[in-house]
Amino acid sequence: MSVSHCGDFKETYRDDMKVFQTPFVRVAVGLFVLLLYTTPLFSSNYVTSTMTTIAIAVIGALGINIVTGFTGQISLGQGAFMGVGAFSCSYFMRVAHLPFWVAMPAAGLTAAAIGMIFGLPSARLKGLYLAIATLAAQFILQYVFMHLDAVTGGSNGIPSPPPEIGSFAFDGDRSKYYLTLTMAIGAVAFTTNLLRSRNGRAFIAVRDHHLSAEIMGVNLFKYRLISFSVSAFYAGIAGSLWGVYTGYISAEHFMIDESIKYLAMIIIGGLGSVIGSILGAIFMTLLPQALTVGTGALASIFPKIGFLIMSFKDGVFGIIIILFLIFEPDGLAHRWRMIKAYWKLYPFSY
Amino acid sequence: MTGSADRPIQLAVENINLRFGGVMALGGLGFSVHQGEIFSIIGPNGAGKTSMLNCISGRYQPQRGTITFEGHDVTHRPSAARARLGIARTFQNIALYKGMTVLDNILIGRHIHMKSGLFRGGLYFGPCQKEEIEHRRFVEDIVDFLEIEHIRKRIVGTLAYGLQKRVELARALALNPKLILLDEPMAGMNLEETEDMVRFIMDINQERGITVILVEHDMGVVMDISDRLVVLNFGEKIGEGTPEEVQAAPEVIKAYLGGEQSVFLGR
Repeated sequence: MSVSHCGDFKETYRDDMKVFQTPFVRVAVGLFVLLLYTTPLFSSNYVTSTMTTIAIAVIGALGINIVTGFTGQISLGQGAFMGVGAFSCSYFMRVAHLPFWVAMPAAGLTAAAIGMIFGLPSARLKGLYLAIATLAAQFILQYVFMHLDAVTGGSNGIPSPPPEIGSFAFDGDRSKYYLTLTMAIGAVAFTTNLLRSRNGRAFIAVRDHHLSAEIMGVNLFKYRLISFSVSAFYAGIAGSLWGVYTGYISAEHFMIDESIKYLAMIIIGGLGSVIGSILGAIFMTLLPQALTVGTGALASIFPKIGFLIMSFKDGVFGIIIILFLIFEPDGLAHRWRMIKAYWKLYPFSY
Repeated sequence: MTGSADRPIQLAVENINLRFGGVMALGGLGFSVHQGEIFSIIGPNGAGKTSMLNCISGRYQPQRGTITFEGHDVTHRPSAARARLGIARTFQNIALYKGMTVLDNILIGRHIHMKSGLFRGGLYFGPCQKEEIEHRRFVEDIVDFLEIEHIRKRIVGTLAYGLQKRVELARALALNPKLILLDEPMAGMNLEETEDMVRFIMDINQERGITVILVEHDMGVVMDISDRLVVLNFGEKIGEGTPEEVQAAPEVIKAYLGGEQSVFLGR
């Protein structure tokens, strides 16, 4: 939707290529970011902690959206790549005694390297076949997490030390929130920029028409691999932050259901949309909480409903994904664009 | 339009054999295209015209024969490498990136001329922005040339067929090619759109000095604008030369026109 105000003409290409086209949008986004940073000052620890998990999910969802939404390669290994990030970050900090600020990017790069290896089948496989190949990545990595005791602590898990600046440690809810929020905002900005430059266009070209992309000089295999590794890099960063958030990581968190949750986020939020990754991450993080609250409220009338709904939780997720695919295949991002267009023209219909 | 045969040879196709299982798509085909000419490939349906273009652009690899472009043997090079050498093409069925805007589609043509990597692209401000603006300027020239200014920000999938064809041509031009392969650029167009397209093809050829290889069924257009042409039938060459020579060749008249020369000339 490139509706802009009447009479608002751009005079330079630099202006025309801006992400935020009008002063109003710039101010609105600025205020929203300010709100995000000030929320912990007047909200409970529970809200802060939930927002931290949302911020982590945003980073992971952006990553899988790059490979699946923008480059069109289905990936079912995002959860495992998060695990690689979390365990290697903890390992670099505990064993190599690196500060978090070095360990986190290093963990991201480790995940990226492993993501690239598991992206290799994309040279030959497409669609569902590739999905199965990435599913293999998920299970191989899961196995490694359970058995590589020295690094992952096996089934017991392993502590993840908090990051520090000088003598200040990020171990409170608020400081963790500020750290993850800043990383998430950085990830959103980086992704937006990436997608409006050379590499991002190449990703979309590979997705939309790989034959003509190749004819235009885009090396298909290279860009598929790059998208896998960038995606895994994001997962690695998200995993490191997850370690910071929980303080203790175990393999159970990085199972197949986590990968499916991330895939669900971008389907619900909107494939191939940055704002969709954010909305999907918010939706999928809040959904279980909303289910808990909702069933809690109903518990006085139907005492057993909480137990029932919770045991059908995965089923509820599944139903929601199916409903989205049928009624809103472009996800929440599409709904968001419709709302924007509506208010732009309000009170006229067109 | 005389004298194109005196110019140096840009693309030489020799003895191309292309088989799909038992089907012979191209059997020992050879011709050469000179620098700066409009060269057409014509023939009845299934004659192997598009297969020939696919061999030149790298989508198919012939079992035998060589394709030489400006001294480089490109027969077995991947298509991306051929794009770097300066071969661009459009497709018979539009092959645009439907989810992107017109500008982004054309900017893909600049891909091989740009350098920004992942990190620079993600940071954007600084060298990457400078590069984007520089290439945007190049793309805007093509947008002006093909008269698609009014749709530059539209999503390609929502455009009319004739405009999509034009965007595809724009994308191929953005590559800054030396040789452009056009696969039925006039198919499905009305008279006015056809005239526009012919004008663009002639401008591309004369003002930009780009060699054009044209596959087209509109005989009026082909005979009017081609310097030379080759006629295929069942994967074999049955005629080659200037439009006048080809129209006079009895073999061509027999195979292609069924003896009705008047149909050949009239539009």
